[in-house]
Amino acid sequence: MSILVNKNTRVVVQGITGKEGSFHATQCKAYGTKVVAGVTPGKAGQEVEGIPVFNTVADAVKKTEADTSLIFVPPPFCADAILEAADAGIKLVICITEGIPVNDMVKVKRALRGRDVRLIGPNCPGVITVDEAKIGIMPGFIHKKGVVGVVSRSGTLTYEAVHQLSTLGLGETTCVGIGGDPVNGTGFVDVLPLFEKDPETQAIVMIGEIGGDAEEKAAEFIKKNVKKPVISFIAGITAPPGRRMGHAGAIISGGKGTAAEKMKTLEAAGVKVVKNPAEIGAAVKQALGR
Amino acid sequence: MNVHEFQAKSLFAQFGVPVPRGKEIASPEDATAWANELNTPVFVVKAQIHAGGRGKAGGVKITKDKGAVAGFAKELIGKTLVTHQTGPKGRQVHRLLMEEGANIAKELYLSILVDRDTGWPTFIASTEGGMEIEEVAAHTPEKIIKEAIDPAVGFQGHNGRNVAFALGLQNIEPAAINPFVKMLGNLYRLFMEKDAALVEINPLIITKEKGLIALDGKVSFDDNGLFKHEDVQKMRDLNEEEPLEIEATANNLNYVKLDGNIGCMVNGAGLAMATMDVIKLAGSEPANFLDVGGGATKETVAAGFRILLKDPNVKGIFINIFGGIVRCERIAHGVIEAAKEVKITVPLVVRLQGTNAEEGRKLLAESGLKLEVADDLWEAAQKIVKLTGKAA
Repeated sequence: MSILVNKNTRVVVQGITGKEGSFHATQCKAYGTKVVAGVTPGKAGQEVEGIPVFNTVADAVKKTEADTSLIFVPPPFCADAILEAADAGIKLVICITEGIPVNDMVKVKRALRGRDVRLIGPNCPGVITVDEAKIGIMPGFIHKKGVVGVVSRSGTLTYEAVHQLSTLGLGETTCVGIGGDPVNGTGFVDVLPLFEKDPETQAIVMIGEIGGDAEEKAAEFIKKNVKKPVISFIAGITAPPGRRMGHAGAIISGGKGTAAEKMKTLEAAGVKVVKNPAEIGAAVKQALGR
Repeated sequence: MNVHEFQAKSLFAQFGVPVPRGKEIASPEDATAWANELNTPVFVVKAQIHAGGRGKAGGVKITKDKGAVAGFAKELIGKTLVTHQTGPKGRQVHRLLMEEGANIAKELYLSILVDRDTGWPTFIASTEGGMEIEEVAAHTPEKIIKEAIDPAVGFQGHNGRNVAFALGLQNIEPAAINPFVKMLGNLYRLFMEKDAALVEINPLIITKEKGLIALDGKVSFDDNGLFKHEDVQKMRDLNEEEPLEIEATANNLNYVKLDGNIGCMVNGAGLAMATMDVIKLAGSEPANFLDVGGGATKETVAAGFRILLKDPNVKGIFINIFGGIVRCERIAHGVIEAAKEVKITVPLVVRLQGTNAEEGRKLLAESGLKLEVADDLWEAAQKIVKLTGKAA
C-alpha cells in the first residue's frame, strides 16, 4: 500500500519537450514510473525517450489512458495547463512549476472546487512512492522502502529528512511535497488522513515553515483524527517578520505565522516537534521505539 | 514588490478610487510651484519611503501657509526617518508627495488581500481607521470585518453592502454608502488586474463634505505576477532596496540580508531557512538567507560568494548543499573555481550530501583550499560556529 500514486499510476508530462520536462520525464521513467505520454502543443508525433508526445492532454488521455499529470509548463501558461488536465479527466495533477502568480492560482483553485481532481503543488518537488513511482524532481536514490510517510512544504529540506530516515534504516512509504506557495491545491490536512489510513505507514513526518496557518490547521486535525506518531520540524525560527524567505508563502505577516507559534500549537496537539533539523530521523526512530 | 504612496494613489485614481489632488515633487522649487497650482487651504508634504509610521517620525508636514512648503520640502529631502518599520538605521528620504489637505469627519480602515485559508480575495475593514490594524485585530477583534469575494464571479454589489452596513455607515454617513460600495468594486478590479498582493487604505476618510477619500495608500505586488505589468515594473525604486539583494536578484539568487555573522549558501528555500535555524542552535546568528536554487552552477556559486563577502559582518561561510538534481561534484568544482576568482578571507565549511557527495567532498579535500568539509548538518554547523567564535 501507499498513498496517491503507485506502480499502476499512468503519467502524462505536460511540457515534456522543454529542458526540465524532458530531463525529468526521463528520470521518472528510469525510476520505473509508468510515463505513458507527454504534451506540448504543436509537437504531436514526436517522442521523448520513447514517450509519445501529443498536442493536448485530452488526446494523451484518449490514446494512453493517463490518469495523472506532471506539469513543467512555464509560469505564465501554468493555470491554463492545470485546468486543461482537469478538463481532460486527469484525477491527480502534480505541478512542479515555481513562480505562478498567486491570483492565477486563486482562480484555478476556485475552478477545481467540487470537481473530482486533486492538485498537488504548485512549486513542489512532487510525489514519490518508494520503489513504485517517482512523479517529480526528487532524487530517487535517497529513498528507501520503509514505514514513514513524509509531507512537506519544502523541497531540499524534504530530501534532508528522507536521507536521515533512509540512513537510519526506517525508510519511507510515500513522500508528498505540497509546495511553498500561499495558494496551493493540497494541504497538510488533505494528506494526513491518507497516511493515517495507509496500513504500511507507521509514522508521519510533517515539515512546515513560517507563513500562513497550514500547520495550525494540521495540529487541530491531528489532535482529533491521527493516532500514528507525528514528528514535525518547522523551518524559519530565525526568519525576521515581513521578509519573504524564498518561497512566496514563507512570510511572517502581521505577527502571524511564526515558527515559534506553530511549534507550540503542534506540541499541544501531541506532535513531537524537533528544533534541530538534523534530528528528524532520530526523533522518528525514538517515536517508533526502534 | 512595494511601491510608494504617490504611486499607489496614481493607481487608485486610474481605477476610479478618489484620492486627494497631489503629485510627486522633487525640489523646494517644485513644491512652491505645485502649491500655487493646488491653491488649497491646507497643504500636506509627505516623505515617500517604503515603511509605515512616517507621521510619528516627522515625515509628514501639514501647513496652511503656502510659503512654508518649500522649507518643509528642503527639510525632508535627504532626511533619515526612523520608524517602527525601518529598523534602527532608518531610511533616507529621496522622494516627496505634496497634496491638498482634507476635512476629516471619520477615519476607516480598508484593505484587500488573498486569505490563504480559503484562497479567496478578501476585504478587511474596520471603523478603527488610522490605527495599526494588527493592534485592532489583537485587542478588539470584533471590530474587524471580513468579506470574501468569489473569484469565479468577482465582486458583487452585495459584497460591498455587507461591508458598508457592518461598518455602520448607515449611522456614520448614509451618503457614503453608495460611493463606498463602488469603491470596493474598483479596488477589487485593481487587485486582480494588477496582480497585487495587498491593497491597503489607512485611513480611508469620510470628509465633512460627505465625500470618501483614500487619504493614505499602500500597494504591494506579487513578484510572480510582475511579468504581466510593465507599468508596475517601472515603479520599482532601487533606493528602497538593499544593494546586495539587488545584486543577488540580477544573478538569479534569492538573498535576504540579516544581522548575524555567518554567511550561508544553500540550495532550496526550506533547507536555507533550516540552515539559518541550525546556525542559531549551534550558538551563532546567520548573516543572511541565500537560496542558490535547484540549478546551482559554478557561476551562481561564485556570485553567491561575492555577495556574502561584501557583507562586512560576515566572519565565516557555511555552504550547505543537498544534491538532488544538482550534482555535488559540480558544486565542488564551482567552489574551487570561485575560490580562485574571489579571495575568500574567512573560514569556510562545506557540507555536501546527496548525489555524488563523496566525489564532491574528495575534490574539495584535494583542492588545497583552506576549508573544512562535513557530511552531517549538525556537525557542519558546530564547525563553522567554532571557527568564527560566538556571536558578538
